[in-house]
Amino acid sequence: MKIPIYYNYRNLLARKLTTGLTVLGIGLVVFVFSGVLMLAYGIKKTLVATGSEDNATVIRKASLTEMMSYITRDQVSIIESQPEIARGPDGKPLVAGELYVLISLNKIKNGDAANVVLRGVGPASMLVHSGVKLIEGRMFTEGLPELIVGKSTAQGFQGAQLGGSIRFAKQNWRVVGIFEAGKSAFESEVWGDVNQMLAAFNRPVVSSMTLKLADPSKFTALKERLEKDPRLSVDVKREKEYYADQSYAMTSFIKILGVVISVIFSFGAVIGAMITMYANIANRAKEIGTLRVLGFKRRNILSSFLVESILLSLAGGVVGVVFASFLSMKTISTTNWDTFSELAFGFAVTPEIVAYSLIFAVVMGVVGGFLPAVRAARMNILTALRAE
Amino acid sequence: MKILKLAIKNAGRHKLRTGLTIVGLAVAVMAFGLIRTVIDAWYAGAEASAPDRLVSRNAVNIIFPLPLSYKEQILKVPGVEKVSYAHWFGAYYTDPKQFFANFAVDHHTYFDLFPEVIVDSQTLANFRSQRNAAVVGQILADRFGWKPGDQVRLIGTIYPGDWDLVIAGIYHGRDKTTDESALMLRWDYLDETLRATVPVRAGYVGWYISKISSPAEAVRISAAIDSMFKNSLAETLTQTEKQFQLSFIAMSGTIITALRIISYLIIGILLLVLTNTMGMSARERISEYAVMKTLGFKPFHLVQLIADESLFISLSGGILGILLTFPMASGFGEAMKYYFPVFETKPQDLLVAGIFALCVGILASMFPILKATRVSIVDGLRSIG
Amino acid sequence: MSIYGERSRTIVEIEALSKSYFRDSLEIPVLRNLNFSLPEGEFVALMGPSGSGKTTLLNLIAGIDRPTKGKVKVAGTDLAQLSEGELAKWRARHIGFIFQFYNLIPVLTAYENVELPLLLTSLSKSERKEHVETALGIVGLSDRMHHYPRQLSGGQEQRVAIARAIATDPTLILADEPTGDLDKKSAEEILELLSRLNSEFKKTIVVVTHDPRAAEKAHTKKHLDKGELS
Repeated sequence: MKIPIYYNYRNLLARKLTTGLTVLGIGLVVFVFSGVLMLAYGIKKTLVATGSEDNATVIRKASLTEMMSYITRDQVSIIESQPEIARGPDGKPLVAGELYVLISLNKIKNGDAANVVLRGVGPASMLVHSGVKLIEGRMFTEGLPELIVGKSTAQGFQGAQLGGSIRFAKQNWRVVGIFEAGKSAFESEVWGDVNQMLAAFNRPVVSSMTLKLADPSKFTALKERLEKDPRLSVDVKREKEYYADQSYAMTSFIKILGVVISVIFSFGAVIGAMITMYANIANRAKEIGTLRVLGFKRRNILSSFLVESILLSLAGGVVGVVFASFLSMKTISTTNWDTFSELAFGFAVTPEIVAYSLIFAVVMGVVGGFLPAVRAARMNILTALRAE
Repeated sequence: MKILKLAIKNAGRHKLRTGLTIVGLAVAVMAFGLIRTVIDAWYAGAEASAPDRLVSRNAVNIIFPLPLSYKEQILKVPGVEKVSYAHWFGAYYTDPKQFFANFAVDHHTYFDLFPEVIVDSQTLANFRSQRNAAVVGQILADRFGWKPGDQVRLIGTIYPGDWDLVIAGIYHGRDKTTDESALMLRWDYLDETLRATVPVRAGYVGWYISKISSPAEAVRISAAIDSMFKNSLAETLTQTEKQFQLSFIAMSGTIITALRIISYLIIGILLLVLTNTMGMSARERISEYAVMKTLGFKPFHLVQLIADESLFISLSGGILGILLTFPMASGFGEAMKYYFPVFETKPQDLLVAGIFALCVGILASMFPILKATRVSIVDGLRSIG
Repeated sequence: MSIYGERSRTIVEIEALSKSYFRDSLEIPVLRNLNFSLPEGEFVALMGPSGSGKTTLLNLIAGIDRPTKGKVKVAGTDLAQLSEGELAKWRARHIGFIFQFYNLIPVLTAYENVELPLLLTSLSKSERKEHVETALGIVGLSDRMHHYPRQLSGGQEQRVAIARAIATDPTLILADEPTGDLDKKSAEEILELLSRLNSEFKKTIVVVTHDPRAAEKAHTKKHLDKGELS
């Protein structure tokens, strides 16, 4: 850089209105861009957090989620007897056979019905899903129509608060506890006694099994044995991957739509930057001429104005990212298309998202600043000196 | 009139800047129109629903089925003319990530209830004569390259196993809002297979569709159907088809809200770009405004001069943007057709975009107007721009 | 050349120089067949009515314009042989240019303005500081180093511009109407400064002017009229 950068930023500061409007324009685009990425990542993060590293999920072969899966009683006993499974304090294998169904609950906010996961859990479930902690009330009593409710569900749905009741399968179920689960998808669920649930829904069998492994490195051996067992016909996945896969449809849709919108959107901001840069150059023609007389070359002028445009857009990028990161204080919820059920999550920032957003801003600056910078570099010295 | 002419001349003084501003506004207006079209696409299913159709589903959740025996009982409700049923099949073709709607329907009655789904007589005859026949929409057939007579293998997720189907024919939508991307197979084929493999799951349907005598009777008939099954193991929830569709859309309510917010942010960009341009012009022309004042022009004339220029630019951008929306929306719709089977820009979206452009034109002229009307002649003449 | 000794080395050599501007197909001659040479250490005033081609001649010597015909050789280099990029580099090394309207960069302080041409040299930061401080000391503005141009008077601005022109220790100083925009007192100060640069620092100076007082300070006066030198 032959022409110092402070020349550029002081010029930007000298025209506060124009610079401010342009920075805001770019900031808006970057806000949308990083907001969208944060949204997509928030969903993924929530689902990834749901699975544990040392758990394996067993579902019926070719069923994509627990909702479509069922595991018969004789299959359950084969699975339970696998040697890789860790044992609980009582010496029993840490295996959670769970029922997974959806119920419709109405949102507090607008009364809209949404699908909420109702999970019938057994005694081992709290040990297998070790991140789940009761924060209010107590555990449900086996054999009674009682429920414990995830924190997000309790916040979002009618009847799901401590002491409330939810009606399904000809019964009213009382909410006796609220649990937290490390900001994972479990917080969007409702849990009850698996045997009660099976009876209530007239279901003979559980939907899925989650196994805690004594040694996670033995997963592959377990998977191969179970998947090849002719009596079973099951898919075995690492729990983390099983949940991460459930983010695919939403995140890819949000990313595609969001990036397309941001790119179209960015034309407006790029043109804003271009207008500003053309005006900056027209106003400073005489300075450009002077710099050339002093011995600066065309390419010094080109890079200087390009740098100025990049500074402008980078400022916009920072503004956009800063405002977008405020979004991470907000929790939102929507139906996850992969599971067809409600999922509460937050916008989540990562260093990558910040980097992509700033790169996007710089690209806008380069695209918007290039033609004006070329015009500045191509100016004839004498014409430039004569300019007002 | 003279003032308007001068305003347009002023807009032409910096052709590049005015041109860029118009293009910027046009792109923003187009993006607004596009996002609004995306939102409309979401609602297309609800738009396409008929007011004289009711849908009954399990009250707990749509994933729970209803017994087949309900059909005869629903038919007995006064005002119900025809009843059909369908069941979500949820299979995929080769790749589970390539989603498409597929459901098992009653091959005798289903198409009678949906006159907007046009099936020719040959297709219908094939569908009714062959147990494993399926009818597919044009978009879906194009997507996977299916032709009538083709054997296709779907892989079941809810109902495990491979399902070999024969394409009986292709259906078309009567209206632009009709979804042409679904596959319908025969419910009896599904049921017979279940009877042989998992008998406990046989004999159930996903939801009933009733054609009623008059939309005005919808509330009474819904209540009558639901009260019939009260306190049974499978209680029903009966809604108009539109409510039924809207309940699905409500599930993506957050995404739709986010899109709406983004569409307003675009209007913000519009405002920023135009304010910037108008601000630059005002700064350069302060001395001219002073000269005009010296010549006896009233502040009112200056207001008109600046507002006219701003409106001229914003409306040019708005109109260009509206014109651009059509090719852009059709291209975008083509690219996203598996997500959005129906993708049509509505005139009212464009009207809204146009009104926003107009408002932006007025707002953007505020700052320069303040500047121009406040400048004293002496200061203005001294300024060199 | 050797018989004249080192002292009278020729800095500017102009032979058969013509310059015309073209408007559409119309040729407008500005300079006609000019011959002119300038020894080192000279202080020349180029005078003449407006439109006589004084500024054009100055621009040709500065290498910011190119002749239609003829040769311009400055500091031993034939400018016609240089590409545009080489010319820029050459200007940075050999020419200090002073403008009528100072042409300072408004967003840079006096110090930074003077430092600007030094950024094109290989000097280190501390060496640049030394040069800038020396140059500003010569023009008597050491106490205004961190002022922006708008905080200075016209005369002070022109002195900063002079400091900028001498900071790189150029072979040749060219000034285009340096007093044209100044009041009488400031103009005198500027002329005094230029003449000091010549006498004390042995700088070769060409001043384009139609201020007779400026001409008096110069050793030689050259008159340009209708594109011809007398």
